[in-house]
Amino acid sequence: MPWTPAAKRYNVRLILLTLLYGVFLTSAVYGFKHHLVGGAVAWVVATLPALPLIGVFAAMGRYLVEEQDEYVRMLLVRQMLWGMGFALSCATVWGFLEGFDLIRHIDGYWIVAAWYFGQGIGACVNRVTLGARVACS
Amino acid sequence: MENRLRVLRAERNWSQGDLAERLEVSRQSVNAIETGKYDPSLPLAFRIAELFGLAIEEVFVSPSRAH
Repeated sequence: MPWTPAAKRYNVRLILLTLLYGVFLTSAVYGFKHHLVGGAVAWVVATLPALPLIGVFAAMGRYLVEEQDEYVRMLLVRQMLWGMGFALSCATVWGFLEGFDLIRHIDGYWIVAAWYFGQGIGACVNRVTLGARVACS
Repeated sequence: MENRLRVLRAERNWSQGDLAERLEVSRQSVNAIETGKYDPSLPLAFRIAELFGLAIEEVFVSPSRAH
């Protein structure tokens, strides 16, 4: 696994953002469960867990820019394209099924989980077709 | 794209890791280029050729001339 300097920096950012996500999500769930928030504050608290996830998207973009190894960068782009294609396909199919009342509604943030899962598929495709993997797979 | 990377490397008794270190890329990249799974960008191809003191066409085989 090529742990390039850029990949190491990405992983540090990812760990910090994941910890922040845990703190924000736990706080938000606790706050809403015990009716501690309301009004405009409720909007802010409910949005907080999304911010670290948005940060992860930014961290991935930054990793792409910082990665000096062009082959590793190509692997990452392939992986991300798989993630995007899988997530958008899931959202499209789910949307139509839901539109025709064949399936229940799910919260929109699950698209992020689908995106991550799709990247996992992309990493497997890289592994099978090129025998390669990147640090964030 | 076919290339003579493996031969040139062997002539100098360099491992893939040695070459990767000299090119400042991952060993995985060297392996991918060497096995033809990945075509390097022009700047990297120039770096490879210059490292061996050769012209690009002496390292990489033009796809139109490959058999």
